[in-house]
Amino acid sequence: MTIIADEPVPEPQPGFLALALRNRSFVVGALLTLFIAGMALLSFFWTPYDVTKLVVADRMLPPSSAHWFGTDQFGRDVLSMIMVGARASIAVALVAVVIGMGVGVPLGCWAAARGGIVDEVLMRFNDVVFAFPALVMAILITAIFGPSAINAIIAIGIFNIPVFARVARAGALAIWPREFILAARAAGKGKARITAEHILPNIANLLLVQGTIQFALGVLAEAGLSYVGLGVQPPMPSWGRMLFDAQTRMMVAPTLALFPGLAIVITVLGLNLLGDGISDVIDPKLRRQR
Amino acid sequence: MTAYLTKRLLIALVTLAVASVVVFSMIEIVPGDPARLMLGMNATADAVQALRDQMGLDQPLLVRYVDWVSRLLTFDLGKSYTYNVPVRDLVLERSVVSLPLAMIALALSTLIAIPVGIFSAERRGRLADTISMGAAQIGVAVPNFWFALLLIYVFAVWLHMVPAGGFPGWSAGVWPALKSLILPAIALALPQAAILSRVTRSAMLEVLGEDYIRTARAKGMPRNVVLWHHALRNALIPVLTILGLQFAFLLAGAIIIENVFYLPGLGRLIFQAITQRDLIVVESVVMLLVAVVVLVNLLVDISYAIVDPRLRTRR
Amino acid sequence: MSLLEIEKLSLNIGRVPILKDVDLTLDAGEVMGLVGESGSGKSMTALTVMQLLPSVAKAKGRVHFDGIDILAAPEPAMCKLRGNKIGMVFQEPMTALNPVKTIGEQVAEGIRWHTRASRAEAEDRARKILDRVGLPAKKFPLSRYPHELSGGQRQRVVIAIACALKPKLLIADEPTTALDVVLQAQILDLLRDLVDENRMGLLLISHDLAVVTEMSDRITVMRHGEVMETGETAPTLSAQDHPYTRQLAQASMHVPARAKIRGTEQPTHDLLQVEAVSRDYPGHRTSLFRKPEPMRAVDGVSFSMKEGQSTALVGRSGCGKSTLARMILALDQPTGGAIRFMGEQLTGRDEAALKPARRNMQVVFQDPYGSFNPRHKVERLVAEPLHTLEKQPQGSERRDLVARALHEVGLKPADMDKYPHEFSGGQRQRLSIARAIITRPKLVVADEPVSALDVSIRAQILDLFADLNQQLGVAYLFITHDLSVARAITDDVMVMHDGKIVERGKTSDVLGNPQSEAAKALVSASPDLRRAIAKRLQEQG
Repeated sequence: MTIIADEPVPEPQPGFLALALRNRSFVVGALLTLFIAGMALLSFFWTPYDVTKLVVADRMLPPSSAHWFGTDQFGRDVLSMIMVGARASIAVALVAVVIGMGVGVPLGCWAAARGGIVDEVLMRFNDVVFAFPALVMAILITAIFGPSAINAIIAIGIFNIPVFARVARAGALAIWPREFILAARAAGKGKARITAEHILPNIANLLLVQGTIQFALGVLAEAGLSYVGLGVQPPMPSWGRMLFDAQTRMMVAPTLALFPGLAIVITVLGLNLLGDGISDVIDPKLRRQR
Repeated sequence: MTAYLTKRLLIALVTLAVASVVVFSMIEIVPGDPARLMLGMNATADAVQALRDQMGLDQPLLVRYVDWVSRLLTFDLGKSYTYNVPVRDLVLERSVVSLPLAMIALALSTLIAIPVGIFSAERRGRLADTISMGAAQIGVAVPNFWFALLLIYVFAVWLHMVPAGGFPGWSAGVWPALKSLILPAIALALPQAAILSRVTRSAMLEVLGEDYIRTARAKGMPRNVVLWHHALRNALIPVLTILGLQFAFLLAGAIIIENVFYLPGLGRLIFQAITQRDLIVVESVVMLLVAVVVLVNLLVDISYAIVDPRLRTRR
Repeated sequence: MSLLEIEKLSLNIGRVPILKDVDLTLDAGEVMGLVGESGSGKSMTALTVMQLLPSVAKAKGRVHFDGIDILAAPEPAMCKLRGNKIGMVFQEPMTALNPVKTIGEQVAEGIRWHTRASRAEAEDRARKILDRVGLPAKKFPLSRYPHELSGGQRQRVVIAIACALKPKLLIADEPTTALDVVLQAQILDLLRDLVDENRMGLLLISHDLAVVTEMSDRITVMRHGEVMETGETAPTLSAQDHPYTRQLAQASMHVPARAKIRGTEQPTHDLLQVEAVSRDYPGHRTSLFRKPEPMRAVDGVSFSMKEGQSTALVGRSGCGKSTLARMILALDQPTGGAIRFMGEQLTGRDEAALKPARRNMQVVFQDPYGSFNPRHKVERLVAEPLHTLEKQPQGSERRDLVARALHEVGLKPADMDKYPHEFSGGQRQRLSIARAIITRPKLVVADEPVSALDVSIRAQILDLFADLNQQLGVAYLFITHDLSVARAITDDVMVMHDGKIVERGKTSDVLGNPQSEAAKALVSASPDLRRAIAKRLQEQG
C-alpha cells in the first residue's frame, strides 16, 4: 500500500530586513551610526565654521546660539571640530577593520581548512599578537616611526588580524564537519572552492557582527591614541585630542570636555547596538531564546 | 592534567620567545642609527659612538639578541640613557603605582560585573535586567579616559573629595596613596565591568538552556540552587577567557589613565621614554608588559583546568 | 483513583496551541506507552506533568498526581515532587549530565535535598542505586566525571538520578533514541526491572512503535497535540481500528515492493572492491612526551559489491561503519589496504584523478537539515555533483538536469528556485537523493538515510530508494543501525563489529539466522513490531 503522510512544510520566514526592522537594537544602532556617518560626510561639504581658521576674539565661548557647543582655546567652533573629527575616527577604525578582515579571515579559513601544523602555527602567531595590547603595539610603532594617523591605523589593524582570524577559524571549524561540506567534497570540490562557496557565506554573519564590534573598539582606540598624542596630529581635529586640550581647561570650560566625549559614546554605542541587533536577527539559536 | 599544563607552559614560553624577537627587531628596524636617533642631530660623533658601545650596536645581530635576552632573564634591563640609572630600578619604582592600580581595577571590575551578570541572567527580560544591561551597553561605549575626566570634574574639582591627580608616594602613608588611586581605578574598572557583566549574563543564559540544567530541575532542585550550584561553574569558563583578555586591555588602559591622573607609573615612564627617545627603556618596558600578559594568560589556562574536569583528563 | 490523571489538558505557547483536550491515566505499576510522530505533543505532555515548561506556556485542564493538583501546585511543592515522587529520564544522555560535577555528586545531590540525609549517607545511597543501574562502585567510583563515561553509561546515571528515591511515577522521554539497539535493549530491560521492583508507574514516550509495544501495558497514540486512540497495547495494535493507528503500524512494518534480485541472469563484474582496508586515528595523548596509542577504527576489512546490488552495512554505534563509508567515498584515506571502484584505484589519488570515480559514486546523509548549505537555492544544491563532469552543463541544460532529478524523486521542477528551509524533513531527504542521482552514479552510499525521519515519511523514502534501484539500476551501500531498514531494502548484509566485518550473506539469511555473536546480539536486541504484538497477545491470552 502507499502511505499518505502529511508533513507540515515550514512557514515562510520573513527576510533579514523585515526581522531587523522589528529589532529595537538594530534600528537604534543603525540610526545612531547613520547619524555619525552622515555628519562626517557632511563635514566635507559644509561645517558651521571653518575649523582651520583661528579667531582669537572668540576664545573659550560658552555654548550659545551662534556656537552651539561653544569654542575652544583658539576660538574654533567645537561643533564644527566634532563634525570634522568624526572623519578621523571613522576612517582610522574602518581601515583597521578592513586590514584585520583582509588578512585575518583568509588566515583563519586557511587554518581551518588545512588543520595540523598550519593551524597550530597560526594559533601561536595569534597568541603572540594578543600578547601586545593594541596600545602597546601603537607605542612601539610610534616610538620608532613617530606619531601619525597611519601608524595608529597600522597598530589597531594589526591587533584586529588575530581577532578576525580567530572568529573565522572557529566559524569555519564548526561548518567543516557539516554534511553539506561532505556532499561538496563528494562532488569533487577542493578546499579552496568549498571555502569560497560554502564556508564564507555561512560565516559572513559572524564576521559582520565581529566587524561592528571591532569598528567600535577601533573608534575607542583611536580616541585613546589621539588623546595621548600618538594618533591623528593637529591641526586636523580629532575627538581624543580635543579631550586632551579640554582637560587642562576643565575648571573654566567643562563643556569642552563634554561634547567630544559624547560624540565618542554615541558612535561606539551605535555600532555596538547595530552589532547586537544583527546577531539577534541572524543567530537562530539566540532568537529562539528570545 | 600534567600533559595539559606542560603544553600550556610550552606555548607561553614560545609566545614569549617570539614576542622578544618582535620587540628586538622593532628596535632594529629603526630607520638610521638608533644611537643617533636617541641622541639627536646635534650630538658629537664621539657621544654617538659611546652610546653605540654601551648598546653594543657594533656587535652582530644574533650576539646582541642573545645578550639582550640573557640579560632580561636575570632581570638586567639595561641602563636608561636619559635617567642614567638602571632600567630595573625605574621599573621597580614605577611598579608600586601601576601594579596596585591594575589589581584594584581588576578586583573592582570582577566584583561588580559577575554579580550583575548573574542577577541579570536570572531576571532575563524583566525591568532589572533591562536597566542593568542598558547601563552596561552605555558603559561599554564610554572611553575610560573620558570617564576619568568626568570623575575628576565631579569628585575632585567640584566636590573636593579626592585629589585631581598626582601620587604622594607610599611613604606618605597607605591611605593618602590609596586615595589618589581610587578615581583612576574606578575609571579603569567600570568600562571593563560593563563588558564583563554582558559576557557573564550571556554565558549564564547559554548554560541555563543546557540539558543538564533541566536534569537538575527534574531532580527537584529549586531554581536558585540550580543557578548557583550547576550553572555558575559552567558559565565561568567563557568568563575566565574574557577576564584574561581584559587584563591586557586593563594594562593598556592603565597607560592612558596614568597620564590622565599624572600618576608616576609604568605608563608615564613609557611615554616619557618615547618623548625622550629612550629606546632602551621602551624596549624593556614593552617586553615586561608583554611578559605580564603572557603570564596572566597562563594563569587563565591553569584555572580552566581547575574549573573544567574535561581538561584534566584529556590532552 | 489512578496515580496520574490527565483530563482535558490544553496547552498554548504564546498563541500557538500545542495540546488539545489530552486525556491520559496511569496506575501504579503500570506502563503506559505514549507514541506519536514529531510534533505530536508527547514531550510537552510529560513536561506539563513535571511543570518544567517554558514560562510562556499556559496549561488548562486537570492534571492530578497522587491526589495533588499539579497545575495549581506552587513551585516549592513541585520541587518536593520532582526527583522524589516523580522521576524523569531524557533523550540525550550525552548532554543530560553536568560536565563539571562528578556522577556521585549529581546522584547524591537529589537524595540529600529531599531526605536531608548527611553527605556520607547520601553517598552511600548513591553508590547503591548506581550499583543497581549497572555501574558498580568498583569500576565506576562516585568520583567519575560524565565525560569519562559512554552514552549508555551516562543514561544509566540519569536513570539512577531519576530512580534514586524510588518515585511513584517515572517519565521516560525517548530514553533510548540516542543509543544503538543493543544498548537500547539493555536500558529498556533496566527500566522494566526498576518498574517491577518498586511498583512504579512508567510513562514511556517514544516514536518507535515496536519499543512501546514491547514495554507497555497500554498505549496512547497522539498526533498534532491530540489523543487519537488509547487502549490495551496488543488489541489496539492488532485491531488497528483508528485509521491513524493503522497508518503508524503499517508504516512501521513497511517493506517496499521490489523485484527479485537480477544477479542470477546477468553475472556482472565487481563494482567496488575493498581489500584489507584499515584506518587508524591518533589516540588521546596521556603525556606530551609519549606517542599516543593509535585507535584502530577499521581493521582489515575486505569485501566487494556488484553492479545494481543493494548491500547493508549494519553494526552498533562506533563499530567503524561510517569511517569505512567515508573511505569508500574517498573523503578519508585508509591507513592501509586498497579500494578499487569500477576497476580504478581510489586510494592515494589526487582530487582531479578522482573525478570520474566521484561522478559514479554519490552519497546521501542522515540529517535532512544539515545536508544543505542554507544559503544556496535548490538548483545550485542539487546541481553540485555536476562539478564532476568533464563538461559542466550551464544555464538551461543544467536546469533541465535538475528538473529531471527533482521529478525522479517526486518533487516539482518549480521547487528548484526555493531555499532548503522551505522544505519539510522528508522533502529534504528527497532533495538529498535528487542530488545523489543527478550524475547517474553506479553507487550511492547512504549513511543512515532514514533514521532521522518519522515512520510514515521513512516508509515513503524507502519506497523511493527501492524505486530508483529498479529504474536506474543504481547499487546502494546502506549504512544503518536499524535492522528493519536493512530487511526492507537490501539483498545482502554485512555485520561490522569493532572495526571488522564479522558476518556477511543474504540479508534474510543473516538476520534470520545469525551466526556470529555480534550479529546475534544485534538481531535479538532489535525491536520488531510484528514479533512484539504476537508476544503481547500470547501473554495476555
